[in-house]
Amino acid sequence: MMKSIGLNGVDRRTVLKWCSALGGLSALGSGAGLLRPALADAGAAATAAEAIITSSCNVNCGSRCLLRTHVANNVITSIETDESGNDEYGMHQIRACLRGRSMRKRVYSPDRLKYPMIRTGKRGEGKFRRISWDEALDTIAAKMKDIKERFGNEAFYLQYGSGSTGGLMSRANAFTPLVRLMNCYGGFLNQHNTYSTAQIATGMPYLYGINAGNAMSDMANSKLVVMFGNNPAGTRMSGGGIVHDMLVAREKSDVRLIVVDPCFSDTAAVADEWIPIRPGTDGALSAAIAHVLISENMVDQTFLDTYCLGFDEAHMPADVPANSSYKAYVMGQGPDGLVKTPSWAASICGIPAETIVRLARQIGQAKPCCISQGWGPQRHSNGEDACRAIAMLAILTGNVGIPGGNTGAREVGYVNPFSSFPVLTNPVTAKLPVFLWTDAIERGPEMTAFKDGIKGTDRLKAPIKFIWNYAGNTLINQHSDINRTAGILADERKCEMIVVLDHFMTPSARFADILLPGTTNLEEDEFARSDYVSEMGYVIFGKKAIEPLFESRGLYEVCADLAGRLGFKDKFTEGRTRDQWLQYLLDQSRAKLPDLPQTLEEAWKMGVLKIRNPGPPDVPLKAFREDPAAHPLKTPSGKIEIFSKRLWDIGHTWELSEGDRIPALPEFNEGFEGYLDPARKRFPLQMITHHYKQRTHSTYGNIPWLKEIAPQELWINPMDAEPRGIRHGDLVRIHNDRGASVIKAKVTPRIIPGTVSLPEGAWYAPDAHGVDQGGSPNVLTTHRPSPLAKGNPQHSTLVEIAKA
Amino acid sequence: MLKRPAFHIDLKTCTGCKTCMVACKDKHDLPEGVKWRRVTEYSGGNWVRQTDGTFAQDVFGYYMSISCNHCEDPICVRSCPTTAMHKDECGIVKVDHAKCVGCRYCEMACPYRAPQFNPQIGMMTKCDFCEDFQLQGKAPACVAACPCRSLTFGEYDELKARFGEATTVAPLPEPTITQPSLVVTPGRTAKAAHSDRGRIRNPEEL
Repeated sequence: MMKSIGLNGVDRRTVLKWCSALGGLSALGSGAGLLRPALADAGAAATAAEAIITSSCNVNCGSRCLLRTHVANNVITSIETDESGNDEYGMHQIRACLRGRSMRKRVYSPDRLKYPMIRTGKRGEGKFRRISWDEALDTIAAKMKDIKERFGNEAFYLQYGSGSTGGLMSRANAFTPLVRLMNCYGGFLNQHNTYSTAQIATGMPYLYGINAGNAMSDMANSKLVVMFGNNPAGTRMSGGGIVHDMLVAREKSDVRLIVVDPCFSDTAAVADEWIPIRPGTDGALSAAIAHVLISENMVDQTFLDTYCLGFDEAHMPADVPANSSYKAYVMGQGPDGLVKTPSWAASICGIPAETIVRLARQIGQAKPCCISQGWGPQRHSNGEDACRAIAMLAILTGNVGIPGGNTGAREVGYVNPFSSFPVLTNPVTAKLPVFLWTDAIERGPEMTAFKDGIKGTDRLKAPIKFIWNYAGNTLINQHSDINRTAGILADERKCEMIVVLDHFMTPSARFADILLPGTTNLEEDEFARSDYVSEMGYVIFGKKAIEPLFESRGLYEVCADLAGRLGFKDKFTEGRTRDQWLQYLLDQSRAKLPDLPQTLEEAWKMGVLKIRNPGPPDVPLKAFREDPAAHPLKTPSGKIEIFSKRLWDIGHTWELSEGDRIPALPEFNEGFEGYLDPARKRFPLQMITHHYKQRTHSTYGNIPWLKEIAPQELWINPMDAEPRGIRHGDLVRIHNDRGASVIKAKVTPRIIPGTVSLPEGAWYAPDAHGVDQGGSPNVLTTHRPSPLAKGNPQHSTLVEIAKA
Repeated sequence: MLKRPAFHIDLKTCTGCKTCMVACKDKHDLPEGVKWRRVTEYSGGNWVRQTDGTFAQDVFGYYMSISCNHCEDPICVRSCPTTAMHKDECGIVKVDHAKCVGCRYCEMACPYRAPQFNPQIGMMTKCDFCEDFQLQGKAPACVAACPCRSLTFGEYDELKARFGEATTVAPLPEPTITQPSLVVTPGRTAKAAHSDRGRIRNPEEL
């Protein structure tokens, strides 16, 4: 025996430890003995009375997973996932990722809010006292009346949030009971854009009229796939969603996959090649690839002549100067006079010129080729241009609108037609770019369409005075420049009331005036719809698994109670209970989905309805490709507008910040706080914020199981760590003029030198000096919006790092 | 029940999501610090800064999910001073809690770190191949959980026939030490066992 242990390096020191362990154990021995039968009894009891109830994980990862909740004596004992059928693709299992599997720990988190509270300290200080639901709702209703009377309905704002996504009656954004409540009350300030997609959702339609890409499963038809900043293994982790679609398609075709990304992502870990790129330089890489494609006659000239405007001088709108075409820009005849050669791009992107040439030739020669992008390249100060620039590779090679090709946008797929909760119409037409809500608190009536991207009106009438913050952490954690936001929120004369309804004492909850405890979706009946999928959609019928904990209440109930206090309960409820609304939505949806169950009882019994998308994978712009005259795009010309006259006009009429520009072409726009910004002299490192398996944005960010196996950490290359004396596991201080954050360093070759990545969503945790100790990237990000979308450029951030 | 229960992992599809770890923790209600299944991040490669501001690099990386391999020659069993660690008639390596004194010799001996000390009970614990699930005809929790379908389980000989001879890749130890019931499909960038090209990058997460 000792011999075999000796072989494994047990020395005298270890034997001594063994002796002390034995000593320790003898002291604990009887205790350990007593524990054993107790544990066994608990296990037996759980098995005897256990029920398995279908639930779902309703967070904003873009997937939506089936959970099977084991419950004994009104206590959740474990969570399993979809194990139905034989897992054949197309009717496959909707397997939850690590987060969904930790749902039990979320429900029973010690952070759970237990009862309504009212603020007693300064706003943001986190000091509250317990009040009753009646007092809380009376206070809210009184303040709503006061704000409406003094400022009108435009002063109400429903904070962006996505902590509850995919459900019908509990969702945070858009078709939620909260919107219905506010619409019944005369409306609220609308928002446009999202924190996920502001730049690409704004930019792409100028090119194509829409923002959509081929379904992920269609890559089985490709000869080459090139993903720019697209990381399904990190952002679409469901085993019923996009990462599964990708792996199945790849298994079918063994198609070559190239990942262009500053990080060696988890998708790169299963790809054929990783091309590391400096953040925010995709536009330069794309222009250089275009240069190779044009120089080596690999462009599809027939496609460009037939379907596009703006490629060359022969296809330009009237009234613009000569040499404004894309070809002129790439070949050096445009206003900047720069030839966009691979060696020009190389020093900007950090990619060797020969790699760019090789990539270009692979793209030019693979027929068909799928060019796709995630939402990382667009979450930049130049994102509206970068996303279009990447799409140019698909356009130049004629890969748009065909199976195996793509538009260059992110994948779409089966769209679930199940009806949403009806919210009536918002009488207020004004729409704020979602990223500018702190500006609307400070200077609402100064904000205009041409300067601030306000839609629906020329100028806002009122500043934001009342914020509803339901199931969201954008109030402080997910919005840029946390220290600036905290200062604005702290001034109670500006925004006069903040109501937070959530599960936990989140960083945002600390800024509440009234703090309400919400139920998780396992504590109420709820339906959840599939989100991003390729070929199989589904509806999950989640029955309440346990009674609501403590004094928590669901969103619908809270809204209905408030509607009563504000005098329009009947208009709000239409006489329906919550379950009757679910039945109503089931009935509304049956025309589109005939296999839906008839009653709630049948729904709970069914658990999930899977819907196989008939036909081949979705290919957007297919009809346009087949017959452009019969199926014009939703652009002014009906064609692909490589040169956008609309953007040209905007670029010449909008009031822009110094240094901002809105080019009509999909060109490389340096933007601010990028690699070429002179501010890099002081803050030499670019910081991006990748999505991380520990969390969905900030949701699940308080779960010990997840923090233990996937701790928050800063990715830094050894070439940047070594000169700073930083070793793996060291605490480091990340800082710039806006703030500082302290977190452990992950020294890894998996990131391009000169760039660091701090995963988004970690909970802001300031110490006594205001220095974040949680690794929350938004203490460092800028509030300056991107020029066109007025979106969040959270990957355009310059920082310096030192050992803490 | 299987005669020689074994796991198979496909490194071509494993994205290191760690769902297997959480499914295991939930099924067996494991406290913090106790991980019957662990996902190793193995990566390496070098960066060279070139005169034009670009970089040459040969970075690679992949993940490896490991629980207990219920080895044919389990070194944990050989190392146990109280005979608590044993291989049962179904081929599952188990801890007899009536005999375990929590000395942790098995933990030190196992090159896969499969035996895990549970401070709440002062004894060793480990993967039991979800024996109760197997009796119900169900897959082990980790296998049923795997979103990328990278994990499978079955009879060792059948897995070998289906997925090929058990290949050893870094950072796994030599199979001769314990004869693990583990079949691995190497990924595109897999390195040979004992390769010095990479190293385990997440020791704090294991």
